[in-house]
Amino acid sequence: MDAQQALADLTEISSQIEAAVVFDDQGKVAGSTLAEGGRADELAKAVAALLAAAEGVKTGESVLTQLEVSTGEGSVFVVRDGKTSIAATTGGNPTAGLVFYDLKSALRSVKPAAKSAPAKKKTATAAKKTSTAASAKKKTAARKPATRKKPDAS
Amino acid sequence: MRRSIAAALGVAGGMLAGAAFIRRQGASRERADLYFEDGSMLSLTNGSPGAERLLPLAREVIRNARAR
Repeated sequence: MDAQQALADLTEISSQIEAAVVFDDQGKVAGSTLAEGGRADELAKAVAALLAAAEGVKTGESVLTQLEVSTGEGSVFVVRDGKTSIAATTGGNPTAGLVFYDLKSALRSVKPAAKSAPAKKKTATAAKKTSTAASAKKKTAARKPATRKKPDAS
Repeated sequence: MRRSIAAALGVAGGMLAGAAFIRRQGASRERADLYFEDGSMLSLTNGSPGAERLLPLAREVIRNARAR
């Protein structure tokens, strides 16, 4: 699914989410609920800075996958899966579990779109193979009656 | 007269104390929760060094998102 479509679905499902953005580890925005592209870039940059600071805070070796920062002004949620991250802002006192669930679902629906490109190639080659196999079968099928006819004819 | 003044002062003092209590409650709710791949979680409450770094950045994110 397209990132923009996934975010549209997300904001439709979750009334708690005010704004959301999907971006990669380079800060490139794949989709955003904000109308202006420049603002989405700024938001992605700010979230990337927050993630970098959170990485600095952590003590263990394990990878940071989720983050929730609750302030008096509202909350920030970030879910990260590999190179892709989704971030959302909410008002005060959000239902954290629900927001995380919705963000994970949205991120999951975005991720296959990136992976589907090689899959399409495979299916295309598979289709080619099947078509060549089918044509080969047709050829053999076309040949077979000819070989059968000979003994019948005699 | 004195009684009404004392009552008004009492009410005003109570309101101030209530407002301070609510404000403190709100401030103590400020926190950062970090979740890791291995299932561990780190909760940083307001006042801890980690939270002091993350909270201003989160406020900036919220302001960016709400800016018109």
